[in-house]
Amino acid sequence: MIRTHVLICGGTGCTSSGSMALKDTLEKELAAKGLTEEVKLVTTGCFGLCALGPVMIVYPDGTFYSMVKPDDIPEIVEEHLLKGRPVTRLEYHEKTGDHHAVTSLSETVFYKKQHRVALRNCGVINPEVIDEYIAVDGYQALGKVLTEMKPEDVIQTLIDSGLRGRGGGGFPTGLKWKFAAASQNEKKYVCCNADEGDPGAFMDRSILEGDPHAVLEAMAIAGYAIGADEGYIYVRAEYPIAIHRLEIAIAQAREYGLLGKDIFGTGFNFDIQLRLGAGAFVCGEETALMTSIEGNRGEPRPRPPFPAVKGLFQKPTILNNVETYANIPQIILKGADWFASMGTEKSKGTKVFALGGKITNTGLVEIPMGTTLREVIEEIGGGIPNGRKFKAAQTGGPSGGCIPASLIDTPIDYDNLIAIGSMMGSGGLIVMDEDNCMVDIARFFLDFTVDESCGKCTPCRIGTKRMLEILDKIIAGKGELEDLDRLEELAHYIKSASLCGLGQTAPNPVLSTLRYFRDEYVAHVVDKKCPAGVCKHLLTYTIDPEKCKGCTACARVCPAGAISGSVKTPHVIDAKKCLKCGACMTKCKFGAIEKK
Amino acid sequence: MKSLAELAAIRDRMKDKVSIREGSGNIRVVVGMATCGIAAGARPVLSAFVEEVAKEGLSDKVTVTQTGCIGICQYEPVVEIFEDGKDKVTYVKMTADKAKRVVAEHLKGGKPVEEYAIGNK
Repeated sequence: MIRTHVLICGGTGCTSSGSMALKDTLEKELAAKGLTEEVKLVTTGCFGLCALGPVMIVYPDGTFYSMVKPDDIPEIVEEHLLKGRPVTRLEYHEKTGDHHAVTSLSETVFYKKQHRVALRNCGVINPEVIDEYIAVDGYQALGKVLTEMKPEDVIQTLIDSGLRGRGGGGFPTGLKWKFAAASQNEKKYVCCNADEGDPGAFMDRSILEGDPHAVLEAMAIAGYAIGADEGYIYVRAEYPIAIHRLEIAIAQAREYGLLGKDIFGTGFNFDIQLRLGAGAFVCGEETALMTSIEGNRGEPRPRPPFPAVKGLFQKPTILNNVETYANIPQIILKGADWFASMGTEKSKGTKVFALGGKITNTGLVEIPMGTTLREVIEEIGGGIPNGRKFKAAQTGGPSGGCIPASLIDTPIDYDNLIAIGSMMGSGGLIVMDEDNCMVDIARFFLDFTVDESCGKCTPCRIGTKRMLEILDKIIAGKGELEDLDRLEELAHYIKSASLCGLGQTAPNPVLSTLRYFRDEYVAHVVDKKCPAGVCKHLLTYTIDPEKCKGCTACARVCPAGAISGSVKTPHVIDAKKCLKCGACMTKCKFGAIEKK
Repeated sequence: MKSLAELAAIRDRMKDKVSIREGSGNIRVVVGMATCGIAAGARPVLSAFVEEVAKEGLSDKVTVTQTGCIGICQYEPVVEIFEDGKDKVTYVKMTADKAKRVVAEHLKGGKPVEEYAIGNK
């Protein structure tokens, strides 16, 4: 008889920090102690606290262990699983507040402020076992829709719920479905956009890895609502665990007759296929994605016609993002009012963010719309490490912008973020502190879009390249003030003339940093200084002769031979030879080397 | 899957198997499982509680878990039952058979089995 469940995270983060080796050791140790009949091992999806991986939870007490190593397993088995004494040294200690061990995950500040809707099963069920999904009311929504609701009722429920697309655009999902349902055609398609490409974003991957059936169920519901019998999930090939679990989930759903012909004996047919993308960022754009599914080179085409009228294979199509779908079964089961009770006036429900950068709790968080950035960063995220000061947060990846520290109390929703020059995007949230140079950040994102531009339209292909060249000039210390105006002018043309969303939003990181951190650009251009000390060309390393003891450590580590001086006398750096690698600064024990 | 009834059957069969992860039962059965407890036979007692609770359909209300040494080693196996708003009941010198009775009379019936409780020793 099973008395204890041990949940081990099998998400990508914990898998790469060794959770599968942990599972093997645990299996052996349980067998050796004769506990296999009493303790059940469950591999789950992402818990959210990726920085602490590998993580595991022991139920029913809910003890949360972080950064567990295979060597710790015998102790956990002997002490906790056999004798019932949790191994306190491995329990998660929250870095904020008083430093007591947190025995239950739900007690942590990281979880307390979260509200898990799209992520509700991630870290709770085994994504490779369909019965576990069914146990937590899985496929009940599909059953309800097929037996009790008319297609138009389903669409009206979604409209009433206020659900908006979680991929970034924020278009009302119900409305999208309504347009596709209104298109007359014998063949229609339901597509899922799992081509998550923003640097630092991994919400969709975690949902696919942790709760793949929720996406399948929602797609079948969509099929019923618009009158489609075929679905495609477009997922990037770089997500092997997500693909593997989707394949298992689709096979299990087919075996149970939850996909296929005559579902629940209602005569409704629906099946889903996977298409693997090669990782081009532009294929996250809806028309390019469908072109890629059709077997062609992933390039966008002009809209209209919109996909709801003429989409995949020229047939009416709806395309929703993974996180959007993950919300739908629960909206059907709990009702539109329940969903609409969360969030702000125009942004209902919750949003998942991938928290990264200079933040204590790197990981995945789901918050009600309208939560302020301050709550996310200071409370859930545990603040900025090493006592540094918060400078800005970047949302929306290469299409978004920066939120400066002065706007930290902005409630996060679609419209507020647009109003302050950023955007929701798919949910990447990169936190930056005073050591980040905003010009460098803008250059990083622009460099990404230049690489990823498909090249079909001129404004995006050539315009972003010219912008990047101007930024490179500024970073090299050769910029002039007119360059800032040129950047803004080019940005304006690229935004208004590009064919697809990639180009139309590519200038955003530059525009928003110019808006909030113009003084940093001016410092680069006029003073030829990088205030954050990042841009190499604008830095000089010098040795303070007062502090230098002449230990020769710097001269020995310098790869360029730029440091000279004899033992016990102050050393000197030859600026002409210096590569600005910073090796000397790391090596110096006396703090004698300065970077300016 | 040809009917909703089939889906409901799978859900009901599986529900108890994942409900342990909610750990939300407002009655907690805590079995002392330190060296002394195990030596005195706490393992069969723990298994009996888990089994009986599931059999009686109490899984959503009752959480069965272990703890370390309670400090009264001569009375092991010791089982304590915590319930919101009620006094803690400590059962001593437990066996699998006694556990069955505790589940039936105390957890299900709401009446502690006084003759097994520590006050009567």
